[in-house]
Amino acid sequence: MSDPIAQLIFLIIKAILMPVLIVMIVAFVIFFERKFAGFFQGRVGPTYLGPWGSFQSFGDIFKLLSKEDLIPLKADKPVFRLAPYIIFIPAFLVMAVIPFGPVGGQPNLFGHRFDYVIANFDAGLVLFLALGAIAVYGVVLAGWSSNSKYSLLGGLRAGAQMISYELAMGFSVVGVMLMADSMNLVDVVNRQAGNFWHWFFIPQLVGGIIFFIGTLAELNRTPFDLAEAEQELVAGYLTEYSGMRWGIFMFAEYVNLLVISGIVSTLYFGGWRAPFTFLDFIPGPIWLFIKIAVMVFIYIWVRWTIFRYRYNQLMSTGWKVLLPLSIANLVVTAVVVTLVK
Amino acid sequence: MRDWLSNATEKIERLERQLNMRPTHEPESAHQPEPAHDGEVSAGEHSGEHGSKHAGPAGGEKSRPTMEQLKERKARSRQRVENAGEIMTLSMGPQHPSMHGVYRAELDLDGEVIVAARPEIGNLHRGVEKLAEQLTYHQVIPLTDRLDYLSGFAMNHGYCEAVEKLMGLEVPARGRYIRTLASEMCRVANHILWLGVHIMDLGTQTFFCICFRDREYVLDLFEMLTGARLTHSFARIGGVAKDLPDDFGRRCREVIDFLPKRVAEYERIIKNNRIYYKRAKGVGIFTSEDCFAWRVTGPTLRSAGVARDLRKDEPYAAYAEVDFDVAVEYNADVYDRFLIRMKEIRESCKIIRQCLDNMPDGPFVAKDAAHTLPLKRDVMRDSAAMIQDFEQVFRGPRVPKGEVYVATEAPKGEMGVYVRSDGGPRPQRVHFATPSFYHAQAVPPLIEGEMISDVVAIFASIDVVLGDTDR
Repeated sequence: MSDPIAQLIFLIIKAILMPVLIVMIVAFVIFFERKFAGFFQGRVGPTYLGPWGSFQSFGDIFKLLSKEDLIPLKADKPVFRLAPYIIFIPAFLVMAVIPFGPVGGQPNLFGHRFDYVIANFDAGLVLFLALGAIAVYGVVLAGWSSNSKYSLLGGLRAGAQMISYELAMGFSVVGVMLMADSMNLVDVVNRQAGNFWHWFFIPQLVGGIIFFIGTLAELNRTPFDLAEAEQELVAGYLTEYSGMRWGIFMFAEYVNLLVISGIVSTLYFGGWRAPFTFLDFIPGPIWLFIKIAVMVFIYIWVRWTIFRYRYNQLMSTGWKVLLPLSIANLVVTAVVVTLVK
Repeated sequence: MRDWLSNATEKIERLERQLNMRPTHEPESAHQPEPAHDGEVSAGEHSGEHGSKHAGPAGGEKSRPTMEQLKERKARSRQRVENAGEIMTLSMGPQHPSMHGVYRAELDLDGEVIVAARPEIGNLHRGVEKLAEQLTYHQVIPLTDRLDYLSGFAMNHGYCEAVEKLMGLEVPARGRYIRTLASEMCRVANHILWLGVHIMDLGTQTFFCICFRDREYVLDLFEMLTGARLTHSFARIGGVAKDLPDDFGRRCREVIDFLPKRVAEYERIIKNNRIYYKRAKGVGIFTSEDCFAWRVTGPTLRSAGVARDLRKDEPYAAYAEVDFDVAVEYNADVYDRFLIRMKEIRESCKIIRQCLDNMPDGPFVAKDAAHTLPLKRDVMRDSAAMIQDFEQVFRGPRVPKGEVYVATEAPKGEMGVYVRSDGGPRPQRVHFATPSFYHAQAVPPLIEGEMISDVVAIFASIDVVLGDTDR
């Protein structure tokens, strides 16, 4: 079997296994979110289905699937149907560029080289930002097509929110790009080889924090869950969705949570690499999984702790604080990188 | 009638005097050791000896905005109304997560800015006032704690004060103290719940659960004291239904030792939280002039710099005999309403402690065969008590002809009760001038020019309960 054919077979296996794996993990991420929310609030969270209630998500999925598919009479039906998938598909696609183990090098599986990444793509970072921007279309279109005023306001908020944080987020990522000298996430991880003080979160602390805040906005979680804003807009862009259509939105939100945790770990916390070189005997995917789990916990923690910003406050934070800071970070990084070279 | 009218006139004049002489209008002179408002609130007060206690805690140090500054801040949001473009009408409520029941407001929006608001109430109307006309004076009591179901005893208390004034009935000291104690427990429970709901409206659900957990301690005390957790129906005409249970003092002290610590913790979490500060500071300004114009009372009025508290100004029950401060803040915004309520929880704990310390012995309900129900344990043993019980239950109390208006300081504001008697066992007319009704109608001037996110914050900050609004 020649190597290109083996690579193709590996690719197909990876492309099939990865979404399945994500779907399985997401079911438990939802369970963890609910369980942790319960602990934060002095409750117990779900308890009935499975051990400690850990199969709760499966019960929810069955319930959602069995519900009636309701579309408002005056909704823009094709767009209304399309909107969930505009969020759902990009969420999965980003996973393709995240390396979860060593890439390249010696043959390591049945005499062939197995790359621990689906797409060793040179513009991986740009792809991530682009797909993140596409997902916002899903929110805006969902709000627009529902023919409900609350949904409309939610969609408009999502649009305004996107332009406020996406710029700052993009500039903060450029810092990492300069340090790694590449937009390929595989190279970004390889540049962070070594003990944990080689990771980018130390030189890129400001950029990392800005990026983290941006991802909070991208994920539509407090303090930036304006598009949903239960207390203000009932459910924002989701108001008219019910049953499994609503379920797809929720599902996409958690897939995004996982994927963005993966991106943050990859960009700033060494990706699949161990914090100390003597721990390298533990495989890369396990390290990445641990890092993602910690990031997911942090996102859950933030969500259940912090207040929501007002619409205009989010805009002014994005434009007046985060954007100048991220540009300053970019300039400083560029100067330092040039001088070191 | 004449007497009541002259009392009312006097009250209005006093309020106007407070309005005109408020210290926030003019800079304080350095010669005055005490802030000017301390003296002037009690000027024209018949109970002069309480006047000296009017100082807001640690007054004088704080920066106090003048009325002009407050109006200027308010004008910024009015500006947005005047610049409004295309209008979209949004119906908010009655089934909306943060309309606190079934309040509905029709909002005219320019983008996210509220240009005009038209409130609608009445979705929870149960006809309490009409029902009361069919019932004897005793039977009205269980209706009253369905008014503001979050502070049931305070409602019972206000009604009983009014009926007792009509009957000319004197409540024994122990009864007055237990009433004071229970009213303050209501205030604590109400404010803690308010805090949780208010914070939840700003997006944090965790805090709601924390507040509910802490409110449970107070509700447990209520369960011990009255047998009910929410609708107590504990006040009786002439006193209260039961004596303090054994061990109540110890349990109650545990709770009031614990709660101020929790309040300190709440403040630590919220007061300096940057997002809360941004969301609440300078939002929903309602100056004292607006408050007087819209009859807004309670914490909202006190956050506008007016030390108006009926517990101090017109003491009823045992409030004249306990020492406490009236919480006052000066910025008239959502943030100060939060500060006020936190202070009030502390002051209420202080009052509860004093009530427990100074609890007098003796009967807890007046012995008056014509007006009060006898103790249940006497009914089976004493023939006179049995006849009294029969008379009170089947006929009703003997009430002289006349009418009376009594206002008490309920947790949400001034609760006025008007009772008119034609000499029969049933009231000819009962009217509850409940605070939430007036607060709910003041929503349009409060929210116009603000944004949708602020609507929920402001609506929560004035503490409206729809049971109280619609009656």
